[in-house]
Amino acid sequence: MRGPVVDPVLRWGRTLGFALTLPVVLVTLWWVWSADSTNYYAPPLQTILTTFGDVWFSERLRADVLPSVTRLAIGYTGAVVLGVGLGVLLGANRTLRRVTEPVLEFFRAIPPPALIPILFLFAGIGDTAKVIVIVSGAVWPVLLNTVEGVRAVDDVLSDTSRSYGVTGLARLRHLVLPAASPQIVAGMRQALSISIILMVISEMFASTNGLGFSVIQFQRSFAIPEMWSGILLLGLLGFVLSLLFQLFERRSLRWYHGLRRSQRGEN
Amino acid sequence: MTTTEVRPARAGAEPVRRRRRELPSSVLGLGGLLVFAALLELLPRTGLVSADYFPPFSEMVRALVEAAGTDRFWAATAQTVQAWGIGLGIALVAGIGLGLLIGSVELLRRFTASTIEFLRPVPSVALIPLAVLLLGLGLQSTLLLVVYASFWQILIQVIYGVQDVDPVARETARSYHLGRWARVRYLIWPTALPYVMTGVRLGAAVALILAVTAGLVGIGTGLGAEIALAQSSNAVPLVYGLVIFTGLLGVVVNLVARALERRTLAWHSSVRADVGG
Repeated sequence: MRGPVVDPVLRWGRTLGFALTLPVVLVTLWWVWSADSTNYYAPPLQTILTTFGDVWFSERLRADVLPSVTRLAIGYTGAVVLGVGLGVLLGANRTLRRVTEPVLEFFRAIPPPALIPILFLFAGIGDTAKVIVIVSGAVWPVLLNTVEGVRAVDDVLSDTSRSYGVTGLARLRHLVLPAASPQIVAGMRQALSISIILMVISEMFASTNGLGFSVIQFQRSFAIPEMWSGILLLGLLGFVLSLLFQLFERRSLRWYHGLRRSQRGEN
Repeated sequence: MTTTEVRPARAGAEPVRRRRRELPSSVLGLGGLLVFAALLELLPRTGLVSADYFPPFSEMVRALVEAAGTDRFWAATAQTVQAWGIGLGIALVAGIGLGLLIGSVELLRRFTASTIEFLRPVPSVALIPLAVLLLGLGLQSTLLLVVYASFWQILIQVIYGVQDVDPVARETARSYHLGRWARVRYLIWPTALPYVMTGVRLGAAVALILAVTAGLVGIGTGLGAEIALAQSSNAVPLVYGLVIFTGLLGVVVNLVARALERRTLAWHSSVRADVGG
């Protein structure tokens, strides 16, 4: 930080001011403009917020939000584990990698929601099917980024650890995974947003519960404030998950960002 | 939000350490594709998976070829490509324009950062019911989703890119009294271009996903709608054939975006190994 030394409280206040001003202005505008809205499709914000409490802090929290979030968590975790596992395998084996590359590129290029009808043919429309949908769509960015990351492990480090006899699991734990982690995390970030999309779409496509199902149900039954509250909830979910991910990223890649800053001469 | 694309410190070229006689990648890759196709053919033929759900590869291809003989198929393809193209175009213009503006005005950046960070992760599919109510079924609704999804990818990259301007170059431009436009043209734009191209590549892929999704959930026309129709009429081989086709379309989009990236950045001193994205 350049510039004169500023009282930390003042600096916090300023940061908070910058962060809050525009959102407060936007919400206020929305509130005021919609206050006496007679437009059926755009109810007053006040109505939407009241409905939000009524709809989501009720039985639905257990019946719809929980199943969605659970499927998302299991599917996402599955995709990450599978992607990193296969990625390490493929990244370490040059021939295997070159044989599978076009097939993997093809799978990555399929718009993941297009797999939903196929997977539902296979696995019905139950929870398993939805988890499989999430895994099968979110695994590709993790997998391909892991392959790239493992492939680009520094030669000197790699040779050094080999001559010190660091092999097998220790090599994986102390060399390969840390070296590949910036790329793996970048893949995980893409996978997260794909997972959320697939969670919602798979529930819109065929389901009996879940967030996507509820929102589309509200729309079809013209329960407009409820629908808006559902959209808000989905937005909040996306925001919170991305926040959590940033915390995770900052923690796990602290060394990497520090390295980059010093390489760029910022410190 | 810290990094958006990870870059290796050094171009991650394959080490030339073992010089064995090796088959070229193209041959190995083709082999991989053939093995994969053979697997898709054999799994149902041997009864390992039910052909009702998983027809042999040859049937998928036959269904696709049959469909490709109809006008309907190409009309659907054109609709998907059109929604993709228009949506990506709007997102590009808006993303680059706003990105340059927000990225180069410090105050604006500080005031908008939290709002952008909040709106960006909102899943675009959450807007589906809203789009249907406000814009009805059709191209406009599809465009809303496509634009929303790809706009943020591009905007974020442009903002990062603009901030990446080398301090020395910035000071130099200032001491030579470069005007506002000259600064944008010769200083900011070239610096931001690699980031912009990354945004274009990510945005193009995401735009296609949403263009297909819109059809799939019944708010738009095109390949997604054809897949949903084939599924509901139980034309299983056709479902697979269409999915394969959208996959090929996705491959083309990725290849074109990467080629464009390489071409545009051929001058750039650090055209690095592509790190997936």
